[in-house]
Amino acid sequence: MKVLVAVKRVIDYNVRVRVRADGSGVETANVKFSMNPFDEIAVEEAVRLKEAGATAEIIVVSIGPAQAQETLRSALAMGADRAILIQTEDAVEPLAVAKLLTAVARREGVELAIIGKQAIDDDANQTGQMLAALLDWPQGTFASKLVLEDGRAVVTREIDGGLETVSLALPAVITTDLRLNAPRYASLPNIMKAKKKPLDILTPADFGVDVSPRLVTLKVEAPRQRKAGVKVADAAQLFDKLKHEAKVI
Amino acid sequence: MTREQMAFDCVVVGAGPSGLAAAIRLKQLKPDLSVCILEKGSEVGAHILSGAVFEPRALNELVPDWKARGAPLITEAKDDHFYFLTKVKAYPLPTPPPMHNHGNYIISLGNLCRWLAIQAEALGVEIFTGFAAAEVLYDGDGQVKGVATGDMGIGKDGKPTETYAPGVELVAHQTIIAEGCRGSLTRMLFERFNLRAECDPQTYGIGFKELWEVDPAKHRPGKIVHTIGWPLDTATYGGSFCYHLEDHQVIVGFVVGLDYANPFLSPFEEFQRFKTHPLIRPLLEGARRVSYGARAISAGGAQSVPKLTFPGGVLVGDTAGFLNVPKLKGSHTAMKSGMLAAEAVVEALDAGVPEATSYPDRLKQSWLWRELYHVRNIKPSFKWGLWPALAYAAFDSYVLRGRAPWTMHHRPDHIQLKPAAASRPIAYPKPDGKLTFDRLSSVFVSNTNHEENQPSHLKLKDPTIPIAINLKLYDAPEQRYCPAGVYEIVAGPTLGINAQNCIHCKSCDIKDPTQNIIWAVPEGGGGPNYPNM
Repeated sequence: MKVLVAVKRVIDYNVRVRVRADGSGVETANVKFSMNPFDEIAVEEAVRLKEAGATAEIIVVSIGPAQAQETLRSALAMGADRAILIQTEDAVEPLAVAKLLTAVARREGVELAIIGKQAIDDDANQTGQMLAALLDWPQGTFASKLVLEDGRAVVTREIDGGLETVSLALPAVITTDLRLNAPRYASLPNIMKAKKKPLDILTPADFGVDVSPRLVTLKVEAPRQRKAGVKVADAAQLFDKLKHEAKVI
Repeated sequence: MTREQMAFDCVVVGAGPSGLAAAIRLKQLKPDLSVCILEKGSEVGAHILSGAVFEPRALNELVPDWKARGAPLITEAKDDHFYFLTKVKAYPLPTPPPMHNHGNYIISLGNLCRWLAIQAEALGVEIFTGFAAAEVLYDGDGQVKGVATGDMGIGKDGKPTETYAPGVELVAHQTIIAEGCRGSLTRMLFERFNLRAECDPQTYGIGFKELWEVDPAKHRPGKIVHTIGWPLDTATYGGSFCYHLEDHQVIVGFVVGLDYANPFLSPFEEFQRFKTHPLIRPLLEGARRVSYGARAISAGGAQSVPKLTFPGGVLVGDTAGFLNVPKLKGSHTAMKSGMLAAEAVVEALDAGVPEATSYPDRLKQSWLWRELYHVRNIKPSFKWGLWPALAYAAFDSYVLRGRAPWTMHHRPDHIQLKPAAASRPIAYPKPDGKLTFDRLSSVFVSNTNHEENQPSHLKLKDPTIPIAINLKLYDAPEQRYCPAGVYEIVAGPTLGINAQNCIHCKSCDIKDPTQNIIWAVPEGGGGPNYPNM
């Protein structure tokens, strides 16, 4: 069984994101980028399935600039078998990503797609759901556990107030939540080997997909800085301030 | 358990200017050599912090067509200003010749390293980022045969966690140690091969740097300002720098000699206070601080350079200590040392001998050594205090022209602290959150992170000393010299070590009065993630 894993190159989670002075977006020059952490979990899950003998081949796909090759190499070093970069310098919205992944899934004949539940840059949380709809496959989102048995995917989902377990007929789309697994460190020998694994570079046009954005960004602003708080003497004073100053009660 | 092994002709520890220059030179001289670089930062440039006014001399020799290849040397140095500050006034001083910067560039050294890494990779150098060299490997004859990376996924309790991955042994004919100032493997090699037997102790400074985005109306690309004097007293070595970079960015920084004597002195707060001077404040008012970092620098110069070779390897760059103190520059010398070492290493490999013995000779015949030798008495003269030192520096540079028949010597920084009882406490103003900041909000903009579940990489040889000696005698100076708030005295009293805040400056390893703190590498990838620094 072939598995498709999608990975996105995002600003590293350790980096404090800064809004550009002109409000046109966030600063990306010489900022550290790395793989979206939820996608790292997706790669890890696919590698574990393969190690357990449940799958045959892991195809990792990224849509983004030329530098996304580094992100794909990281996934290959973790254990994916081959990579496809659909190269575009433009910002790509979830619908376009889902369309491209649909095209790859069909072309490659994959039976399972594992992707992060959201990317930490735009926090859209849409691609997996759209992908399932376009492929007309069942979806198991926010997965904290995944078991493949008897041609079905049993997915434990993190929902409000507890866990929900769903059983999906394959092929299916799974989106990963934080507690699904702890991704491994790529070892030095595997990083070396990953450099020799196949990485194909294609463009959105190769799939006949129009990736031009449907949304217009008007302005990007940093959140307003919090003002320093004040200490109140007692509950009565707090009540007074909430009522007369903040006017919230 | 046995570790996996990978074999190379040469392994370089550290992807800074010296390590990258060495790797590039190796491949230029002998393209079929297999060369790899280990870098503890999460990416090349993540741990690089420098002023930096860059003298392109070594780069011209290494990559003559750097301009065509798009090296990030953008802003040419223009006017140099040098001031002596009192609390409210700034008196212009003549700019000493070593501080003339015509032909130099104001750059981000981190970005230059990112670019050098691309050049190195194009030549076939393998660069592994996020892996810390934690151990030197020796063969049966005691010769260095490579390094091992640290284990990953070890928990706070010292036991393997779910993500445990053992370190890897990188074996090589020659190991090039390019760790930067106060390298942790270098320290082991100093002892093992007695490399410091015939040189002065190294002496250090701690450098702070902040990157600001300023009002375009106040921005003068290429402008360079250095100051001495306030807020430091005349007994303490140090001064400030302020460089106008491209894109409305201004670099503000401060260096304090780690040979300071007053245990109440806080280099971090001296820097914060400096920014409130009338010379600087107007520039930063309404501006935005983008990044913060700090790093120790070697200031010992020629007389502190250790033996540079040992069987199986060499030391290059600031871990050996090639900073030119009066010039306030070490990147061009670091690169040059890497290039000279690479030439000697290739010669040794060709001859099949274990030690690249021609490296020190090549060094002594190069412009690098002439530069360092001429200025060797400037920094030590500051032991007399600011004014006598400036007078001596002028005499040494203008009259003797660096050819003094004497060489002054250094004492190690950690023995220079006076007891707290004999020192004057210093009251620093509270940060305002706009121009001046506290340590924690500063560490926040250095993008520092360490995997939380790992053993502390800051180790105490004797856990009783921080209280019994440091607190009792010196009022716990580690609380003040650490630029990241790693050390704090907590109830007990006991010394709390917040290792995850560490920005890898190495000052604690240097300044601790009894040398009780050992800075070892944490899990690879940890530490700051400096952008454009």
